[in-house]
Amino acid sequence: MSFDMAVEGPKLMMLVYGIIAFLGIIGLLLLALDRVSTRKDRWIALGFLAPAGVLLVIGLIIPLFRTILFSFMNADSTRFVGLENYLWMFTRPENQEVLFNTLLWVVLVPSLATSVGLLYAVLVDRAKLEGLAKSLIFMPMAISFVGAGIIWKFVYAYRSEEAGEQLGLLNQMMVWLGGAPQNWLLTEGLNTLLLVVVMIWIQAGFAMVVLSAAIKAIPGEIVEAARIDGVTAWQMFWRVTVPSIRPALLVVLVTISIATLKAFDIVRTMTNGNFKTGVLAFEMYNQAFVALDNGTGSALAVFIFVLVTPIVFYQVRQIRRRRQEAM
Amino acid sequence: MASRTPRRLLALTGVIGLALTAAACGGGTTAKDNLDKPECVAFKDYSGIAGKTVSIYASIRDTEADLLRQSWKEFENCTGAKISYEGTGEFETQINVRVDGGRAPDIAFIPQPGLIEKFVNSGKLKAASDKTKTTATANYSPDWLKYATFNGTLYGAPLGSNVKSFVWYSPKTFKDKGWKIPETWDELIALSNTIAATGTKPWCAGIESGVATGWPATDWIEDVLLRDQGPDVYDQWVTHKIPFNDPKIVSATERVGTILKNANYVNGGIGDVKSIATTSFQEGGLPVVSGKCAMHRQASFYANQWPQGTKVAEDGDVFAFYFPAIDPSKKPVLGAGEFTVTFADRPEVQAVQAYLASEHHANSRAKLGNWVSANKKLDLTNVANPIDKKSVEILQDTKTVFRFDGSDLMPSGVGAGSFWKGMTDWITGKSTKETLDFIESSWK
Repeated sequence: MSFDMAVEGPKLMMLVYGIIAFLGIIGLLLLALDRVSTRKDRWIALGFLAPAGVLLVIGLIIPLFRTILFSFMNADSTRFVGLENYLWMFTRPENQEVLFNTLLWVVLVPSLATSVGLLYAVLVDRAKLEGLAKSLIFMPMAISFVGAGIIWKFVYAYRSEEAGEQLGLLNQMMVWLGGAPQNWLLTEGLNTLLLVVVMIWIQAGFAMVVLSAAIKAIPGEIVEAARIDGVTAWQMFWRVTVPSIRPALLVVLVTISIATLKAFDIVRTMTNGNFKTGVLAFEMYNQAFVALDNGTGSALAVFIFVLVTPIVFYQVRQIRRRRQEAM
Repeated sequence: MASRTPRRLLALTGVIGLALTAAACGGGTTAKDNLDKPECVAFKDYSGIAGKTVSIYASIRDTEADLLRQSWKEFENCTGAKISYEGTGEFETQINVRVDGGRAPDIAFIPQPGLIEKFVNSGKLKAASDKTKTTATANYSPDWLKYATFNGTLYGAPLGSNVKSFVWYSPKTFKDKGWKIPETWDELIALSNTIAATGTKPWCAGIESGVATGWPATDWIEDVLLRDQGPDVYDQWVTHKIPFNDPKIVSATERVGTILKNANYVNGGIGDVKSIATTSFQEGGLPVVSGKCAMHRQASFYANQWPQGTKVAEDGDVFAFYFPAIDPSKKPVLGAGEFTVTFADRPEVQAVQAYLASEHHANSRAKLGNWVSANKKLDLTNVANPIDKKSVEILQDTKTVFRFDGSDLMPSGVGAGSFWKGMTDWITGKSTKETLDFIESSWK
């Protein structure tokens, strides 16, 4: 479709208004702060914090409480229904499936992606063509989840033998090896794992880059001292490398865990949550925006929030502790 | 204090900017209509709305949207009113966001009567004006109008329509093999058996459709239920007066199963029964062209899915026949369409709504091609495309008993949720009983 100025014009004007309003507010703010005596640091701080604070309240705090409220109400948020939505979430068999799948994702993706990343980082460390090897594994990071989903959907694509040539790489390999093509995404149990592979494919690069940097930061003296003591490669890995990069490992695990809890795009693109592959974030979208049920959608959102909170909390505490150690 | 000057300057620009914004919001134009011109005689009823703007929000986009804009150009020129149309790919989601956010359009084309009912219940919609009501009653059958009537009040008129009770086939293949177009359900099954005996799987289907995966299978159930149990049971079913797992629904679903879950019948040119679930609806019928599949049940709009260069005509590469009834004396038709409803009751909004229900608009739009409407006064000579013509003929046939797509009438948690999901699971092996029990238990 071509760019139609008449249609897009109002949107562009909105953008211009937005920018002007933003500049105006900042300008007024600076003007006001200028008049206040500079000694009152507290006021200045408040002045600068206020815009961010207001936006946080509008964009985060209010929606949070609204969502929690909605989760106790019916589909169009007109009547309180108590815990009905939560009961629905935990008792319906198709939702238990979703919860189980989410558990599978959260257990498998962070651990495997981190392991693969770490192993790779150690193996290519100081190897020839390290840069090239690293960029190969890092490249999937540059692909969006939806893009990755489509790519892997093609990898798993299935044509029956009677329909002729295989479209999917995996099935073509099956045929070359003398097997029969499989409809992979339909194979219950296996299909969730096949989706997990996609997520690992994306996240391993991230883990590898962060961990590789951490490995390079290990002080040379420690490594040398260990060498003089005559460690084996195995001992070096477990006794020197891993303890030294523990903070980085935690950051990677936590980041990937949160990303996994929010996994939505891959499931939506590849199976649309059918064939028992649904996960929480996808089901939340489905309930809220396809089935138009504010109640169940909000309940699922609240549950994801509850699951993510301890992880975030833990990470914040870790960062604080490290800062105190550094002081 | 040299740093102060630029700061002041920045603040000043900001304030001026705000002032400019306020100024830009004012102003307006005066316009005149052209109703006294001879070519505008058809619009003399719509006077006094010159210079006014009516906003329309709908799911129709791109080329189709351009054709719509063209179709009311004459109305705009003559009355002096302006119609500002916006199409979106996320209509069902966005319309809720806009209405809840206080930015409702003047008019929306809503394809789901269930959604219309939702807006009626929340008091957002305005009842159709007397003029719209008169026009709509004269031009559309009660079968259609009842889907926009709630508590005895009409809220809008149908606009575009489609017919879903079609089976696509290749006239060429049928002629070569000497197959005859079936006119009853028994003939349809007999033909399927004949074709299956030659080694070709007679049917092909695909129900994958992104977030709406499963909908083509729900159409199958609805279409067959109309034939297996009749329109009255159908109405009871969509309004939940009988449970979703009622024996009558089981019977219809089992009948669909004799085709869609029959390994000798499906999935021609694609694979086994389960492959229906992973084949996209766009690709589901394509084996008909290559002759690997003989029949594909899908709506009239499937005409746009055939590869470029495929001739869609009775003597062409592909065409469609009416999905036969079990009792040949009846003619149940499943279809869908959108309704024009209003969120405002300004005179210009009511005028546009009335105009869109009129025969003038139906014909004006049909002349531009690619359009089916249930408007009784739509002149068949204005419909060029053979499949559109056939659809209009079916809709205008007085023997036709029309029913609206059931999944659009049910609460969205069922119609756009468990029904789709249930049918997808049913195709991949879940039993009929389990599937219908699951859907019934999700109906709150």
